[in-house]
Amino acid sequence: MLMGYVELADDPRYDEDRAEAEIPVRPLGRPFDATAVGISDAEQIGKVIGVDFAIERKSGQNIEELIAATQAWSEQGVGFILADLPAPQLLELADALIDRDMMIFNVAAPEDALRGESCRENVIHVIPSYTMLADALVQYLAFRNWRKILVLQGPLEGDAQMVAAVERAAQRFGAQIVEVRPFQLTNDPRQREQSNVALVTSDADYDVVFVADTDGEFARYVPYATQLPRPVVGAAGLVPSAWHWSWERHGAPQLNSRFEKAAGRRMAGEDWAAWTAIKAVVQSVLRSKSTDFQPVKDYLLGERLTIDGFKGNPLSVRSWDHQIRQPILLTVGNAVIARAPLEGFLHQTNELDTLGVDEPETACQF
Amino acid sequence: MISKIRRYACVALLLTTFGLTVPAFSAGTGLVFVSNEKTHNITVLDPKDYSIVKWIETSRRPRDMRFNNDNTLLYVACGDDDVIDVIDVATLEVVDHIPTGPSPEVFYFSPDDSLIYVSNEENSSLQIIDVAEKVIVGEISTGAEPEGVVVSDDGKTVYVTSEVADMVHVIDAETQTLTDNIIVGTRPRRFVLTPDGQELWVSDELSGEVSIIDRATNQVTHTLQFLPPGFRQVDVTPVGMEITKDGSTVYVTLGRANHIASVDAASKEIKEYVLVGSRAWGVALSPDENTMYVTNGLSDDVSIIDVPSMKVTQSIPVGRVPHTVRIDG
Repeated sequence: MLMGYVELADDPRYDEDRAEAEIPVRPLGRPFDATAVGISDAEQIGKVIGVDFAIERKSGQNIEELIAATQAWSEQGVGFILADLPAPQLLELADALIDRDMMIFNVAAPEDALRGESCRENVIHVIPSYTMLADALVQYLAFRNWRKILVLQGPLEGDAQMVAAVERAAQRFGAQIVEVRPFQLTNDPRQREQSNVALVTSDADYDVVFVADTDGEFARYVPYATQLPRPVVGAAGLVPSAWHWSWERHGAPQLNSRFEKAAGRRMAGEDWAAWTAIKAVVQSVLRSKSTDFQPVKDYLLGERLTIDGFKGNPLSVRSWDHQIRQPILLTVGNAVIARAPLEGFLHQTNELDTLGVDEPETACQF
Repeated sequence: MISKIRRYACVALLLTTFGLTVPAFSAGTGLVFVSNEKTHNITVLDPKDYSIVKWIETSRRPRDMRFNNDNTLLYVACGDDDVIDVIDVATLEVVDHIPTGPSPEVFYFSPDDSLIYVSNEENSSLQIIDVAEKVIVGEISTGAEPEGVVVSDDGKTVYVTSEVADMVHVIDAETQTLTDNIIVGTRPRRFVLTPDGQELWVSDELSGEVSIIDRATNQVTHTLQFLPPGFRQVDVTPVGMEITKDGSTVYVTLGRANHIASVDAASKEIKEYVLVGSRAWGVALSPDENTMYVTNGLSDDVSIIDVPSMKVTQSIPVGRVPHTVRIDG
């Protein structure tokens, strides 16, 4: 059973120098690396049920090339595609494939709009949204009673989305945004009010500093540089993530070690998402006892799906926006400090739905 | 021949050791052994008053433990040092080490104690170790992350779970070949064999189930689902199991649901849930089956249950992340 994998050959998110710096909000390498682990994990199941799981990679110069490749796959009967694409290209791909028997797994785009007003029925989001990440973090801040948050906002569109997510989370979990201040990454002395960390964190009373910086370069230099001696969270310091190489529970060391052997580097959130997408397909094939698109898709989106994501809780797909519900790890450089949802954050059906946009609030309409 | 000589030499050495030190306890005293994954030791409890008799330092990350047939030696799989430590039950000292592949977790003896079958989660294999020679004499590939291992009473069949492949591998012990695979629930962990030899019970941690396999046909005949009061399906993560000697009752630890369940083995009905500590994992019955011990991995303690009343009477703090409990009896 062949699956497809699409990515852009020149994708600035995978700039090698930035990966080398291990900026926590950025991927450490192409998530395709994780598919080898997913396929090899599926080998035994494949032998027993007589299905040969495989994945083919297409790296394109532009989205048109990738759309052509997926359409060709579709003619061959390929139904499940992993997409490592930025949000705009992901939507183009989804729209191009909407009339085909194809399901796309989003492994690297955290934008909330993809799960909200721009949602598509043929996309399953494995990577958590900005909102899920912010909810996880703010649950922890509320749990520690660090409720006054100073937000530093970068100039990028993603930074604004992170800020919106943390503002929403603060309201939900009883924290308070003291102020949102812009920052700039520059050495221009005329901009020092926005570029000097001590200045940008002065004249305010706060328990923590949240840095909204999807680029991650400014955030690197915020810890230990704030005016007040306060923890830094968000894009540096305590960082919420789908995965971390130091996670020790629920079989994680074995997965990390298999990944490191296969990829020659450590495993990050996008890698986990790619591995989990394959696992979701394999589990749905195994349990639906079929390789046909419709029964596998029905199982994937159904209530009986229990994916073992090595994060404790069984994972499944939210019916209202096709986001995979999952625990979030709160990480520092070499440790996982906590796993959200934190104890005491309750939900009427599934505690995992305290993270992210819940059914009554969704803007998604399929 | 060489192996026999070595074995006799080893026995002679042990006898000498016994001669010099008066054993504190003779075999079969009901001493309770708890392996602590993160403190690299074993807590030994006195069954009379649950006082701690001794902390035995082991190699790093002790997890599964098994006695030999006459309960003179306790074997302990130590995952971070790739060895099985051997503890003299009379002196409560580590007396030997058996090297294994990387990260041994769960193991089982052949009926004559001559072989150890150990799951090796890093290599995704089941290794067969000659106990006397301390060499790996066989290795069988499994699905990723093999975990539970059990050997049938006649020694002919070995069962091993793969946590990632959601299946039980059936292995012919004589030819060391895989003969069948049985798909079970999600993340299968541990086994019990019923005393009549007919059924194999498997705990499925992530789907919150126990799959019951008919050994004659290798088919899953029953799937048990657990739901203690006040918990949700997603919190139920069964791992450890213990069966009474008469085969009438199976006790199942429910992990994050912080309960154990007792199941009527004949009717497959869940009879009762008992609240224990946080992330209940290992479970063992005392020799008279009146007392049950449950290791709680996240509260670092052992719950002691009075079986006739099915009430927790005490919680005894042990080391960090207690994994397995075994009783000398």
